[in-house]
Amino acid sequence: MNAPLSIDRLLPALDHKHLDWLEEEAIFILREVVASFERPALLFSGGKDSCVVLRLAEKAFKTRVQGQHFNGRLPFPLLHVDTGHNFPEVIAFRDRRVAEMGERLVVGHLEDSIRRGTVRLSHPLESRNGHQTVALLEAIEEHRFDCLIGGARRDEEKARAKERIFSHRDGFGQWQPKEQRPELWTLFNTRHRPGEHFRAFPISNWTELDVWLYLARENIPLPELYYAHPREVVRRKGLLVPVTGVTPLQPGEQAEIATVRFRTVGDMTCTCPVESSAANAVEIVAETLSVTVSERGATRMDDRTSDASMERRKKEGYF
Amino acid sequence: MSALLDDIAVTGKGEDVDSADHRALRFLTAGSVDDGKSTLIGRLLYDSRAILADQLDMLEAKSDGEALNLSLLTDGLESEREQGITIDVAYRYFATPQRKFIIADAPGHEQYTRNMVTAAAGSDAAIVLVDITKIDWTATPVALLPQTRRHALLAALLRVPHIVFAVNKIDALEQPQPAFEAVRDALQAFAIEAGIEVAAIVPVSALRGDNVTRPLDAPWYSGPSLLQLLHGLPTTQERVDGALLLPVQYVAREAGEQADGTGHQPRTLWGRIAHGRVRIGDAVQLFPSGERAKVADLRRAGSAVAQAEAGQSVGLTLDRQLDVSRGDWIGTPDTLLPVQRFGATLAWLDTEPAVVGRKYMVRHGNRWVQARIASIGHRVDIGTLAPADAQELAVNDIGHVVVELGQPLPLEPYSQNRVAGSLIVVDPASNRTSGALLVNVVR
Repeated sequence: MNAPLSIDRLLPALDHKHLDWLEEEAIFILREVVASFERPALLFSGGKDSCVVLRLAEKAFKTRVQGQHFNGRLPFPLLHVDTGHNFPEVIAFRDRRVAEMGERLVVGHLEDSIRRGTVRLSHPLESRNGHQTVALLEAIEEHRFDCLIGGARRDEEKARAKERIFSHRDGFGQWQPKEQRPELWTLFNTRHRPGEHFRAFPISNWTELDVWLYLARENIPLPELYYAHPREVVRRKGLLVPVTGVTPLQPGEQAEIATVRFRTVGDMTCTCPVESSAANAVEIVAETLSVTVSERGATRMDDRTSDASMERRKKEGYF
Repeated sequence: MSALLDDIAVTGKGEDVDSADHRALRFLTAGSVDDGKSTLIGRLLYDSRAILADQLDMLEAKSDGEALNLSLLTDGLESEREQGITIDVAYRYFATPQRKFIIADAPGHEQYTRNMVTAAAGSDAAIVLVDITKIDWTATPVALLPQTRRHALLAALLRVPHIVFAVNKIDALEQPQPAFEAVRDALQAFAIEAGIEVAAIVPVSALRGDNVTRPLDAPWYSGPSLLQLLHGLPTTQERVDGALLLPVQYVAREAGEQADGTGHQPRTLWGRIAHGRVRIGDAVQLFPSGERAKVADLRRAGSAVAQAEAGQSVGLTLDRQLDVSRGDWIGTPDTLLPVQRFGATLAWLDTEPAVVGRKYMVRHGNRWVQARIASIGHRVDIGTLAPADAQELAVNDIGHVVVELGQPLPLEPYSQNRVAGSLIVVDPASNRTSGALLVNVVR
């Protein structure tokens, strides 16, 4: 690691072609969404997977003028569910990107659901991650979205490993693993009744490494949280927990400043960074090649609670 | 770290794979629970370092201090564990410096056909697990297990291009050589009798890892390891030569940029080429309208190109304004022939049986049309491939049927082209995907 890393050194020809193939598949799925649904929306949180999907959507529906610039407009709005506990840097990034691209952003606020009484927190600092489902389904109902495009990948978690690329949700937004429709060839069955909707996952077949390789190759901007930076953290149950207003120090704990980066950026109450000195996407690729802890295992407190927690959340309508 | 990077930089040149074959090899694994399928998949993931430390911790915690139980890596959903069955196909990923792999892991028992059909659609290869400890290899002739016959016959019926038998648990035998050779001969005899082309028969021990990713250290076997074999199998590529066939997926209106002052808005017709290639200036014909035009412009993923070929998505503009919508087809003139009645293999996936005469919706390419089963020729006995009389097809049944379409479609036999030869059947009352049709005879 003495010589500076270049992406070409990390990306042998095989990987370039493999990325081309993944890109091809994802663009095909995105066009399928727009052709099959009347009111789709793209879930955009500012997280790295949604940044990849957003770039793929630009390639699918816009014309590249030069470098990072595309002409035209996406045929769907972007949708974000804001828990009110998101990292401020990520929200700022989200708004900056949306403005640069000239796209339309719809935000569903969990605070609104709390005010309406459709979400009841058991205590004020409870993790809001699971409650996002309510705000998400309320946004779907309000805007009558019939398909949400998401950045979930099958390598993330075992409930995801079994999910279809076009995944049906019933009138309550529920995923029913036992009722999944067989998905044959690319003959997607997107037929649904009013009130039901679909989730579509264009990067189902990507791995975390593929995502980082693509981010590096395409020069896709990300929130700075993803790159190494000093941050006040506390070590708790093997995780590095950021010290914030909603995740304060507990009695007897000692905070420290560590050089960290986030591998996922979700709700502040359940997202943890890892120690790292990787300052750009290429260095993260190098680190990912030698990584020994899975993405959700290292960084998500909520996925540790139970072996089946993602499956349960998904059944209720989670992302 | 630098050693790892050098390793990747050097070996990444992909010496033993055709450089054009950059797609991930997608293969399905078929086997019953105790054949060791989960252990085999766990072994492939573990040896290729697709397993990370926290997953290993979980594994160690659950393996009770004994040797790692790799089968836990493919442990299913809570809803599956509750019922003690595996419901669904799971997709898993691993990579070597030479190649990327996607495993479609099809559970082998309950609803095996439904799951195998799902996993087989789009797979380049099938690995059929054979538990050698369950076979009396000293008998003459050696009798194979019914599930081995069933899994292999299904894979062949669904036209998975390459079928590999992995003869597992050779570590449990005192005389692995004569046992393997006897079982190998029985598999070969069965394949010849059933008309199945077999890519390879390999001995493995998923438990110990012998001959999975590491070559077998035994004087009696000099063939490839399972992973070496997987490295050498080609992915399924559609033909690039010959006539063009392109199903129109999405019609985009361009926003003003090419406005010609006449109010005419050029439209881009997007689709993924099923076979052949297209160049600017090519003459094409539309289906079903029969209209002819020339290709004026081509685009891929936001940029202009001069040509595109099978497997690629491409956006065409034509030299004259025609009424084209999603579901239409674009092809070389005079090659798209309308078919309204055809013979097909039907795999039924729905708990409600397939009823002759009932109207279903079918999807072919990007078009939905009405269809009905005109007649069921016979049901196929999956144990023997022998034809059996049938009035209807129940869930997990496979039969030969004649289908009538509400509108003509440009069908081709599945053996010639996967895109033009495949359809799904949807129950219009439940919207469930009820069946898969593989076109055999176009009449």
